[in-house]
Amino acid sequence: MKASNSHWKSQLDGKMPEPLAREIDIFETEIALRKQGKLEERLFAETRLRRGAYGQRYDNGQRNDGRKVQKLNFPSGDLTKGPNTMWDAPGMQRIKIPGGGLNASQLETLAELAEEYSDGIAHVTTRQDVQLHYVHIDDTPSIMRRLAAANITTREACGNSVRNVTACPYAGVCQDETFDVTPYARALSRFLLGHPDCQNFGRKFKPAFSGCAQHACGLTSLHDLGLIAKKRVNEVTGREEVGFEMYVGGGLGAVPYPAKLFESFIPAEELLPLAQAVARVFARLGEKKNRSRARLKFLVQDLGIEKFRELVLEERKILPVDPRWTDYLSEAQAQFAEAPLKPGAESVDLVTISGLNGASEDFKKWLKTNTRSQRQAGYVTVTVTLPLGDITANQLRALSDIVRCYTRETIRTTVEQNFVIRWVSKSDLPELYKALRAVKLGRPGAGALVDVVSCPGTDTCKLGISSSRGLAAELRKQIGENSFVSDQAVEDLHIKISGCFNSCGQHHIADLGFYGVSRKISGYAVPHFQVVLGGEWEHNAGSYGLPVVAIPSKNIPQVVNRLTEAFVKERLSGEIFKEFVKRKGKAALKNMLDDLARPPAGDRSFFSDWGDPREYSLGDMGVGECAGEVISPVDFGLGAAERELFEAQLALEKGDQKQAGDLAYRSMLTAARALVQAEYTDISHDADDIVSEFRQRYYDTQLFFDPFAGGKFANYLFDAHARADQTRSAESSRYLVEEAQLFIDAAHSCSNKLSTAVGAGAR
Amino acid sequence: MSRGIQWIREEQVKVELQHINVKLALRDPDEVDLNALIPVFHSWIQDQVCGELLLDVADYRHVPDGPGVVVIGHEADYSVDNSDGRLGLRYNRKAVIAGTNQDRLEQAVRSVIRAAQRLEEDVPEGKQLAINGQEIEIWINDRLLAPSREETRSALESELRTFLHKLFAGNSYTLSFDPDPRRLLTARIACDRKFSVSELLETLKEPKIL
Repeated sequence: MKASNSHWKSQLDGKMPEPLAREIDIFETEIALRKQGKLEERLFAETRLRRGAYGQRYDNGQRNDGRKVQKLNFPSGDLTKGPNTMWDAPGMQRIKIPGGGLNASQLETLAELAEEYSDGIAHVTTRQDVQLHYVHIDDTPSIMRRLAAANITTREACGNSVRNVTACPYAGVCQDETFDVTPYARALSRFLLGHPDCQNFGRKFKPAFSGCAQHACGLTSLHDLGLIAKKRVNEVTGREEVGFEMYVGGGLGAVPYPAKLFESFIPAEELLPLAQAVARVFARLGEKKNRSRARLKFLVQDLGIEKFRELVLEERKILPVDPRWTDYLSEAQAQFAEAPLKPGAESVDLVTISGLNGASEDFKKWLKTNTRSQRQAGYVTVTVTLPLGDITANQLRALSDIVRCYTRETIRTTVEQNFVIRWVSKSDLPELYKALRAVKLGRPGAGALVDVVSCPGTDTCKLGISSSRGLAAELRKQIGENSFVSDQAVEDLHIKISGCFNSCGQHHIADLGFYGVSRKISGYAVPHFQVVLGGEWEHNAGSYGLPVVAIPSKNIPQVVNRLTEAFVKERLSGEIFKEFVKRKGKAALKNMLDDLARPPAGDRSFFSDWGDPREYSLGDMGVGECAGEVISPVDFGLGAAERELFEAQLALEKGDQKQAGDLAYRSMLTAARALVQAEYTDISHDADDIVSEFRQRYYDTQLFFDPFAGGKFANYLFDAHARADQTRSAESSRYLVEEAQLFIDAAHSCSNKLSTAVGAGAR
Repeated sequence: MSRGIQWIREEQVKVELQHINVKLALRDPDEVDLNALIPVFHSWIQDQVCGELLLDVADYRHVPDGPGVVVIGHEADYSVDNSDGRLGLRYNRKAVIAGTNQDRLEQAVRSVIRAAQRLEEDVPEGKQLAINGQEIEIWINDRLLAPSREETRSALESELRTFLHKLFAGNSYTLSFDPDPRRLLTARIACDRKFSVSELLETLKEPKIL
């Protein structure tokens, strides 16, 4: 869409890390191939998702406009970017922020992208990512290049891959942590990014780190791989060892599974190899066909934690030694160092800081809820609360100025959809507060009732059933207007909202959780939320809430009001909300809310959702892309071979015969390797190995043979390999490109033949 | 130097003006009820009122000094936008347009004025919404084509002077630029007299086919 799209590549040449630049070039070629119909839509969908380019609501080319289902006549017509996903339909670009860590320049880049390619808003997610909405697929390579130049990747932000590695945003400065998990999170993120053992999952895989067991910041128990910092004294050496308590198989979704303890202590140097071993077991044994049971939590459940542990440890034993296991840890530790910009103010009492004329009460409130003393004396962290995780481009730029002015650019996103600025000297707090207030970022209430967390819901998500953001905005408004009972015990409660049962808003771990459902009333579909009470946010999401009753969306504020009032009036001394819910029991709580479960007769406002006047309908729901497409490594490999061949053809057109010949040869190797990999996962990238294995497994067995041409196409590879070191003429390069096409076609035929045979149980 | 801008002489560059954004300031911004505009924008989608494909309504009322309420379109977005605390009706051209810079300026300004006319008519009874008829912001939403620098500001000024002379029918106005190089190339215009939407449309009659 952007006129400048064709210029960014050359503009940023040399400014992007080479592997990221190459990745983006590949994706751009895949876009071109898809537009020409040379790349299958399922394959393109998964490759797109693995670059974080996600579908959005209405991308099937139709939308219920409130009167009728309207066909959206996009200029690119029937061209798709995935099954039932129109090319021109706006999409979401997810941007991975490992551990939530950003610097000032990166904030500025996000600001630029939000205003140039999106709707001016960057959205912080519940997994510390940043998302841009309403993005055109044609703009995504430019977005990715600009991010890469800022050292940010979108790779594997979606799809069946290792998602963003999250970590406690207070890591390194928290009073209670065992040690700073940041370098370990970075090392794991780097190690697993694009790792060959992580390319054949049936679903996504989410790791998380926490510095302690008691707080919520890392939410390790709802992750596929949860790591809690731990130290122990080695009984033999008497020396202190650094490591992790390791959990596996946690996850929310429709039915939440708490992660199971894998090992009470793993030494830090075992972190990367054990994660790799878990990934290999998940890739090998995890469900691939039934998407609803493909997360690691189901594999752990089915096998039992003991068996799963046994398999992982066996896998660990046979892993080829990888120097990156320790190199990445050492490098991350050497490269990661945070320091304050200004001297700390040891003796300053936060509550008595003055210097704000006319706003001192607001300032005190903000100090109380939005600042937290660091373990380093004289410094605090400051939470910047974002309404529903949204921040404007101008605010991002202002935030970049603020973190430059008061810190050494130490800022992180949080799973509560906020920012945390670290290493703020206590003496700077009044000025920093004024700077935040000037750009409307000085709201108090971080982590409090008003700080409602919500997934995108029906606003942009294809799976959304009810408007989670609409409800969240309404609740924030009413809480801000003091519509609910005022009490410290209520202030400390958490509200989390998901637009459907998939739990992206993490409703299971809220005191007051809500997820979207639909009910038919008087012949009309009515948006509802299921009320889930008493989840535990603390202790890394220690326990999950109790579903009580489904209530029409428009009555949810009354639900909050009624429950908070009851809690204030009826709680026992020292009783927290989770305990209150348990003591009252489901029946009594349901009884308390039952009269709200039906809309008042004749009130048609209940037939539409918050912030959306259209008559409510489920007709806009689509097929989600959370899971992506299960594409086998063979399909991926053959897709990559097609792309290389396409690049060879382009080189031929440009008259670069050498490049064309090299690429054509490489494309054949890639296709052959893809076939070999179906039987031999660890096949190397060495050309001799590939050709030898291919010959043994596919040529000698005649599996690759064409019914008419026999082994002719395989011989194209063997000939090219034998002449790999020879100089190619223009003519021979042209022939090689043509032969490569035939070889790749034959590889597809072979793959199809084998998968059909497997399907029929013949092989 | 960015690839989108071209040096003509040593001291002057030519800028390709694509992705033009225009914002018409609203009268009595404190009285404008953004909530009331949401059904109006949905009706625009229902009726596909503007010849550009309209897709969705994004509600950012919860974001202070934010995009407000946005009609997301394929070729362009329309919004009642409160960026920088200045409430206005905004047109954000996303798709590339052929023609000259003057053609593209005219297309964007004509689009926002027509939208203003429509919005003034569609706003529910009892609610008010009208442009103030004097203040306009124009920015170029592509940093590579039009970075915010002295030379590009100068190039934009030259294009704008030509265009604004026509739009304001020769009436005088002030033109200023946002000096922040990190922000989009942005011009703020304040005309000395007030124009209604129909007067502004009148000055832009005889549209070129783009």
